[in-house]
Order: sequence, then C-alpha cells, then structure tokens
Amino acid sequence: MYDTGKVITGLVIFVGIFTFAFWYTTGTAAPRPEPKLDTPEIQKMAKKQCIEDTQFMITTHMQLLNKLRDQALRDGNRWYVNSKGEKVWISLQNTCLKCHSNKKDFCDKCHNYAGVDPYCWDCHIDPNRSEL
Amino acid sequence: MIERALKGSPKYWGWVFFLLAVISVGFMCYLYQLKNGLGITGMSRDISWGVYIAQFTYFVGVAAGAVMLVIPKYLHHYQKYAKIVVFGEFIAIAAVTMCLLFIIVDIGQPMRMLNVLLHPTPHSMLFYDMIVLNGYLAINIIVGYNTLLADKKGLPCPGWVKPFIYLSIPWAISIHTVTAFLYAGVPGRHLWLTAVMAPRFLASAFAAGPSLLIMLLLFVQKVSKFRVDPEAIQSVAKTVCYAMIVNVFLMFMEFFTAYYSHIPGHIAPLEYLFFGLHGHDSLVGFMRFSMLAGFVGIGILLVPALRRQNGWLIAGVASVFIATLIDKGVGLVIGGFIPNPFETITEYSATMPEIMIAISIWAVGALVLTILYKLALSVREEQQIA
Amino acid sequence: MSMDRREFLKAAGLSAVAGLGAKGAFDLFMPGDVDASEHEGHSEHGEGHGGVAEAGPKVRLAMAIDVLQLKDHSKVDKIRAACDNAHNIPHWDSKDDEIKWIWEDEYEHVFPDTHNEYLADEVRELPFLLMCNHCDDPPCARVCPVEATFKRPDGIVAQDYHRCIGCRFCMAACPYGSRSFNWFDPRIPLKAEGRKLNPRFPTRMRGVVEKCNFCVERLAEGKKPACVEACPDVMIFGNLADPNSNIRKVLRERVSLRRKLELGTKPSVFYLV
Ligand code: SF4
Ligand code: SF4
Repeated sequence: MYDTGKVITGLVIFVGIFTFAFWYTTGTAAPRPEPKLDTPEIQKMAKKQCIEDTQFMITTHMQLLNKLRDQALRDGNRWYVNSKGEKVWISLQNTCLKCHSNKKDFCDKCHNYAGVDPYCWDCHIDPNRSEL
Repeated sequence: MIERALKGSPKYWGWVFFLLAVISVGFMCYLYQLKNGLGITGMSRDISWGVYIAQFTYFVGVAAGAVMLVIPKYLHHYQKYAKIVVFGEFIAIAAVTMCLLFIIVDIGQPMRMLNVLLHPTPHSMLFYDMIVLNGYLAINIIVGYNTLLADKKGLPCPGWVKPFIYLSIPWAISIHTVTAFLYAGVPGRHLWLTAVMAPRFLASAFAAGPSLLIMLLLFVQKVSKFRVDPEAIQSVAKTVCYAMIVNVFLMFMEFFTAYYSHIPGHIAPLEYLFFGLHGHDSLVGFMRFSMLAGFVGIGILLVPALRRQNGWLIAGVASVFIATLIDKGVGLVIGGFIPNPFETITEYSATMPEIMIAISIWAVGALVLTILYKLALSVREEQQIA
Repeated sequence: MSMDRREFLKAAGLSAVAGLGAKGAFDLFMPGDVDASEHEGHSEHGEGHGGVAEAGPKVRLAMAIDVLQLKDHSKVDKIRAACDNAHNIPHWDSKDDEIKWIWEDEYEHVFPDTHNEYLADEVRELPFLLMCNHCDDPPCARVCPVEATFKRPDGIVAQDYHRCIGCRFCMAACPYGSRSFNWFDPRIPLKAEGRKLNPRFPTRMRGVVEKCNFCVERLAEGKKPACVEACPDVMIFGNLADPNSNIRKVLRERVSLRRKLELGTKPSVFYLV
C-alpha cells in the first residue's frame, strides 16, 4: 500500500530522538549513592533499625508509605504495628523525618540518583527547616 | 479505509495544517497552565467552574444530538436518513473527544485522572458521567466505522453491529441526563436545582447537534460531489425547530417559577443573567442576544418558505446553534455561581490563555471531524458513481 | 465554658476507639481513660423524649461558637492566626485566589436565607466566624468522584490531598462556600511572606481543594483544635452525641443558629447568640 519501509525508518528515527535523554546517559553512570545515617536521633539508638528491616525499607518504602498514609488519613488509625509487633506513630514529618533529620543526605540523595521526584515534598516539609 | 484521510486537495491540507497550528498554540497555553496552575484562568474561589466545564456541557449535548437521526433511521426505517446518519455519528465522536479534553484541561491534578478508575465512587455523578461518555465514544466509533465500511463494500450492515445501534439510543439520552444531574443534584445553587434541567438539556441538545449537522452537510455538498436528499435536510431542520421550541418553553417555565413565586433565591441568578444584579451585568448582553437568536432561529425554521432556501436555512440553524451555545455553554454554569453562597457577587471573565485552550479544543474537534468526514465522503462519492 | 481537658480527651479517645476502630492516639496520652462503660456511650440513657434512645453514632464532633464574645475583635484575629499558623495557610493578595479555613463575615452574608432587615444592630454587626460545617450529610463528599473528601465515623469531613484530582465538584456542591482551591502553588506566598511554618503539618500543592479539618491531626495527638486552644471561651468543641458533653450543655442553655438548615445537610457548627 504505502511505503512501509519509509514509515518504519521514520518511526525508528522518531523513537530514537524521543528517547535520546535515556540512552545518552547510559554508560556514564554516577557512583552509587550512600544515603547517610549519621543523624543525632539515629546515633542515640541502641540498635540502628528502621521500622522494618533495612532491605525491606530500601525496596518497599514507597508502598509502605502509601499504605501507612491511607491508614492514618483515611482510616484514622495512626498506629502502625510492624512485623515485630512494635507500635509506631504514623507521621512522615514527625516520625520518619525525626530520625532521618538529614533529608538532603538521605531521601534526596537516592531520589536524585534514581531520577525520581516523589510528590511527597510538594506538600510535606522538612520539619528541620522552618522556612521553605 | 483510514488511508483515505491522507489523500486530499491542497485546500484540505491547508485546513488540516491550519488546525494543527491552532492546536499547537493552545497546547503551549496548556503547558503554561500546567506549569503555573489553573490560576491563569478567570476562575476564582467563587466561580470555581468556567468556560471549560461550560463548553464540556454544551458539547455533551451536541454529541447526544446524533440520536435524532438514529431514531428515525433505525427505529422507524426512515430511509432518507440512510446516507447521513453516519455524519451524525461522526459529529458525536468529535464532540465526545472535545468533552474529554475539556475535562482534562479543567482538572487541577490531571496526572491523577486515573484515580477515578482506581477508586470508583458510585455515589458521585461524575463517576457515571465518565462511564457514559467513554461508552458513548466507543459505541459511536464501532457503529460509525462499521456501517461505513459495509457501505464501502456494498454489503448490508453486519448483524453484530445492530445491538450497538439500538444501545446508542438510550445511551445518547443517558449522557446528557447524567450531565444534567451533575448540576441538578447539588443543594444551594438555585439556578441548577431544578427538575427540568435534564429535559431542558435534552431539548437544547436535540436542537444544537442537528443544527451543526445541517451546516456541515450544506458545506460538504459545496466541496464534494456527494449530494444529500433535500428532504432529509428539511426533516432535520424540523427536528431542530421543534426541539428549540421545547427548549424555550422549558426556559419560560424557569422564569415563571422564579418570578411568580417571588422567591429571591430563585430570581437572583436569572436576574443576574438577563437584567443584571446589583450593578453586575457582564453577561446580560450575551444572554439577551442568545434569547433573541433563539427566537429568530425558531421563526425562520418554522416558516417552510424560508426553511427551503439554503441561505435562510443556514441563518436559522446558525442562530439556534449560537443561542444554545451561549445559553448552555456560558450562562448556565456561570449563572449557577452567582450569587455565591454568601449572596455576594463575584463576576467571571475568561483570560486569554483560557480562551486559547478552549479554541484549540474546538480545533481538535474540527480536526477529528475533518478526517472522519473525509472518509465518509470518499465512500459516499464512490457509491454515487457506482 | 470550653470543654475541660478530661471531657475533651474523652471525645478524642472515643473518636479513635468507637469511631475509627483500632488503637487511637488516645492510648498514648491518657492510657485507660476511655473505659468500657464510656464507649458503650451514653446513648442508652437517651435524653427524655419518653426514654427513646438517641440513635446514630456514638461520636459526632461539633463546634459551638459564642459569637457574642467576638465583640472583642482581637479574639477573631487570634483565632484566625492560630488556624493559619497551625495549617500553613497562605495569604494571597487577590480575593479570587484566597485560601480560607476560618474567617469572619456579617450576619447578612452568613444567614442570607434568613435575612432580616429589622435585625438588632448588635447582631447585625457581630463578626460571625465561618468554617466548614462538617455536615452530617455532606454534599461535598457525596459528589466527589474519588472519595478524596469523605465523612469519618466521628463526623469529621476529611480531605485527602493525596487523592484529590482537583475537579472542584465539591466546591460547586458545598452550599456554604467552605472550600478553597489552590489555583497556584500555595508555597509562592508562603515563601514571599517568609513565614515560619508549622513543622508538624504539611503545606498543600497546586491543584487540590482544601478546607477546615477540625484539626484532625491535633485530635489524633490528643490536642484540642487550634482555634479552641486560642480562645476556649469562644470556641466550644465536643461530642454532640453525648448528652452530657459541654457542647450539649451549652446548646441546651443558649439560643443557637445553624446555617441553611433547610438544605438538610445538618451542619455541626452552631452559633450562640
Ligand atoms: S460545609 Fe461544605 S465543605 Fe463542609 S462538610 Fe458541609 S458541604 Fe462539605
Ligand atoms: S476537587 Fe478533589 S475533593 Fe473536590 S470533588 Fe474533586 S476530587 Fe473530590
């Protein structure tokens, strides 16, 4: 019917240009980030452990945060009972960021590296800075 | 079949590129809105819906209007409509597309649109509106495309399409009923809280949709070899006329209830729209013009001698189209917010970027319509030669 | 006149226990204060009416505003400031962009449906405080297509900013003009003002609707709403479902008004005149 070959070539070029930013940066990987855990609150802890174990927190904190958010805000239940049966007060600004008082060196570090911009920070503020 | 949209005269391509240019300007304005927020529009805390939602409402009506051809053709086997039904269905496709775009540009967090599906909420009328609008789009694509394809091959319409055709009739009624329910079901907005909202929406829809169809049919006969039976157009024109009479009648009901009962809350928004309230009258000119255009349209279409002359006919249906466009596509929504819940008045006027975005959605509608009409015309021209 | 601390905590605790299931904040602040007899509720005693028990939930949080106290206008300012600071509410210059959770207006605008041109001067000039009524039958929640605004079992009409798509249907549906939309990024004026923010509460983002939340975040921690804390003699907060609560006592003793009752939304904000 039409020039299938030309159409396909055109498509390939289009996709190539569109995804330029992605493949251009491959191979120039920045060093793996090391989020810092040296905050006063964490130093004080006998056992340095987040509300669930570290590997789980690294891979699944987004889903967990979503779940806790809905539980606190929508079900009105502000207590999270973790896998060890401990109770944790649900609050991003008042619990999470109390230990992780170094948002820049903790949250932002990985997020920037991974190129994600979670919308949490469009509303939630870093409680350790009183101005925006 | 689709490839036929790619073959066309320089004029056709000129038109397409013109539309694309308008769309890209509107798109830039939309990016500007996305970046800065809906504050770039004329909307405010008091007038929280503006031209986007008003135009959305209007085009739901235009989309529903197609049913005024489907019913005579498929329920009453009125064969004069056989060749033009598809043009009505294609208007519906273009109009629903515009509706969906108007919703998207009106939403404060468009990235979260899918929440409506993730958290289905059956007590919200907007949830049903989403279902019926998308369903109507799908039905019209299925029916329009397949009936046209069958015509092209010279075969009768395939049996499996029939149920969709019959389904499209109640469905068309439902899209505009549900859209009326968005307004008629909220307490405290006097202009909207009326049981005749849905009937009036349907009446104005059955006037607006078919008048657009007449204008388009008269136009395509100029640019193609396709010929429509003049009797078919006369029948559509009568539909427009009677629907518009019902619309005006229902509007009169609103006036009577408000002004005879003397209830201030009912009078206030009508007073604002048609006479001005406490010195605020920015819509009075438009609304009076709309009223006048409605009567002129009815007058022309009611007289057979005038209706039969194309010039008059166009004047008649154009008047109706504009009258309903102003009435429903501006006055209804803005009037609902005036006066506000504190009985004070904040007026609304659309901003430039807002108007540009709305115009570019019109352009998208026109583009979709152009392409679909191109397909339909090429098939119809072939039929005529054969 | 405001609810005393014990009663208040009872309401807060009840809202967590009876209304919202699971363990509420209450445990943290007053362990054991909500005992079994209390969350059975007082509903069985009814309130006269031939001994008919009050039907309905065990907790319905409500606010009574002693408008006569507001003749001292400094209280209005104090209350507004307390709310603005607690919730990081921005101040826009333009009336069109305004975000308001609690604000003042005159009788004529607050009760337009019962407009009375022969009203006593004293009442006419009072600054009525307007806020979300936390309606018992809230039209805003009825129309929201994603349940971003919803009624909690304790009567609070909550707003979930994470879910709101910004369609503003709720603004059209609320007959009280209680809702504000973030037409622009609310952080612009907050930054420009150089405001000291409340680190315990977020700001909002552009494109979502917001309104008074009865300080649900403070209740969860066992604190009183910010406005109640600022002027306890003006703002009387409590459990409407408990016939012995302070708010019920004051409603029995004083004449109260509610806005647009004819619409059937059953507002939970009362004006004492
Ligand atoms: S006052 Fe308005 S926003 Fe508040 S609960 Fe009632 S309807 Fe909803
Ligand atoms: S603006 Fe948000 S809260 Fe209001 S109806 Fe829409 S989604 Fe619901």
